[in-house]
Amino acid sequence: MTSIEEKFEESKRLGLQIVKESEEERLMTLSVGPQHPGSGHFRFVIKVDGDYIVFCDPDPGYVHRGEEKMCEYRNVIQNIPHLERPVIHDSANINYSYSLAIEELIGIEVPRRGQFIRAIASELNRQVYTLYWLAIYGIFLGHSTMFMWPTGDRELLIDLLEALTGARVTHAFNIPGGVRNDIPEGFKDRCLGQIKYLQKRFKEYEDIFYNNPLFRQRTEGVAVLSKEDAIKLGVTGSVLRASNVPFDVRKAEPYDIYNEIDFKVQYMKTGDCFARAYVPLLDMQESCYILEQLLDKIPASGEVRAKLQPNPKGPPGEAYRRVESGRGALGYYIVSDGTPKPYRVKISVGSFRNILALPHLLVGQRLADMPAVYWALNYWPVEADR
Amino acid sequence: MSTNNNEEPKKVGASSQPKDSSTTVTDSATKQRQSPQPSSPSSTSSASTESKQSPAKPSQPPAATSSSAPGAGSRGNAAAPPAKTQPEPPAFEKGLIDQIKNKFGETVKVLFIKPLRIKIQVDPQDIVGVANFVRDNLGFDHAESVAGTDYPKDNQIEVIYHLGSYTRQDLAGHILWLTTRTDRDDARLPTLINVFKSVEYHERECYEMLGVYFEGHPRNERFLLPEDWADIPPLRKDFKIKGR
Repeated sequence: MTSIEEKFEESKRLGLQIVKESEEERLMTLSVGPQHPGSGHFRFVIKVDGDYIVFCDPDPGYVHRGEEKMCEYRNVIQNIPHLERPVIHDSANINYSYSLAIEELIGIEVPRRGQFIRAIASELNRQVYTLYWLAIYGIFLGHSTMFMWPTGDRELLIDLLEALTGARVTHAFNIPGGVRNDIPEGFKDRCLGQIKYLQKRFKEYEDIFYNNPLFRQRTEGVAVLSKEDAIKLGVTGSVLRASNVPFDVRKAEPYDIYNEIDFKVQYMKTGDCFARAYVPLLDMQESCYILEQLLDKIPASGEVRAKLQPNPKGPPGEAYRRVESGRGALGYYIVSDGTPKPYRVKISVGSFRNILALPHLLVGQRLADMPAVYWALNYWPVEADR
Repeated sequence: MSTNNNEEPKKVGASSQPKDSSTTVTDSATKQRQSPQPSSPSSTSSASTESKQSPAKPSQPPAATSSSAPGAGSRGNAAAPPAKTQPEPPAFEKGLIDQIKNKFGETVKVLFIKPLRIKIQVDPQDIVGVANFVRDNLGFDHAESVAGTDYPKDNQIEVIYHLGSYTRQDLAGHILWLTTRTDRDDARLPTLINVFKSVEYHERECYEMLGVYFEGHPRNERFLLPEDWADIPPLRKDFKIKGR
């Protein structure tokens, strides 16, 4: 029998599972998910040798709802509410790229004030999502304070978004042509106050969670994704930026008013679980900085949305537009045939791209590290399944 | 009944099959060896059974309008749409296109160019060569998405690879649309998994959603749909949602 270390080195080098037939019986097959033992609504089959994972086969689709097919039966406005269902915590961003693509197809200019409000909503929403993700990451690593703190702070942002959009999570706020309504009175001061509070809290998060020796031991050096592999696997978002690739759609292809905003792309070089967990926090800090600028530069008055035809349609055409969401680049490929209903809608989401890294990272890890590796991928099963 | 249902192995977690795939992917020396595979005619009756089950009605709205969709013409008249949709290609995009044109000549059709977006169409037998070229010489290193679109009127399915670049800073905002078309009744394309590892799950999704069999892909099998799915691929236009 070859030594166990040799076996993983081999497994790891090959990227996917590799078990000899005669050794099958030594292995134990575990089905993780799809109902929540640590995976959300996502199933993956792993095989363990002792407590080392030697095989991983993701099996998404538990919450597949055929969003892309549904789009072909509704016009571009009717599509807005159901398209944000895949990721209700980040609904402003998932509608953002949809709106951009539809605007490109129909040929709409968004008023400047509308562009700012859209960016404000999506930055706030990214933080709502990231705080939710951070809470889950905390509880799955056994840190219940880190579950309660972000969940509580997220509530403040949700209140802010409720004042802005009228709904707590599914806003249907970013629409083709701009935003649904103007910002309420006193919103700017309230928002700035929350940002100040959050910035103070982020330091406390670092103290209690990121600098916690237990957390560090469980994540540092675990499941390293090298820069070459990250590029080859085509991962995106915080997973990519944790592997020393400073890519952010807001910088690479600035949409709306992001080319007027001064911000840095936060990235880390180590590529381990700690980097993947820390980059979202850096992103949130950067997002606070962006929000301050947005609130400062927003025009005092003006239209917030362009008027659309009752049943908007454009000439036949194709568009691919993307934004940076909480989980990375979120692209919409839309084909229009000149009718009010899209001919084909393809949603390219960060979660779906990032699961390709899961077998790559899990093989060779211990079973106890599985939650740390899996949740650090910033994966949202409902979004991946669409 | 899904197309090509009888050809795919249904083994999940089999030991031998993923091994072959991962060795070919990780071994970079073998990447160049992959020659474009000509689409072989299928001897199965899957195409006929499918058309029997759900005949494409010529009067259905998508079919009636698809000819006016961009680049929806068959290969013969594919050069027509770009003439009217291209005012003046931006210089950088034109440079990229010229590099591809110089290498491949008339086998590559430029369908449209606008800032940050280039759409080129190639024949299925050329796609692996072109993909290798844009990866090695132009720097497009990953696929963001693989989208299939059904055009029943042309009896074709179009598959689009949205390629992006992480390594070249000046290409960061660019998306290259590498498209090819295949016959709808016998939808087969060579896989790009040996060129871009990132297309693995996207192609698998495209297989089950549109019934495009990717030759050389290790796992043309069910991915997102339920395990007992027994109907035609749902993103084909002749699959109708009940009640709408």
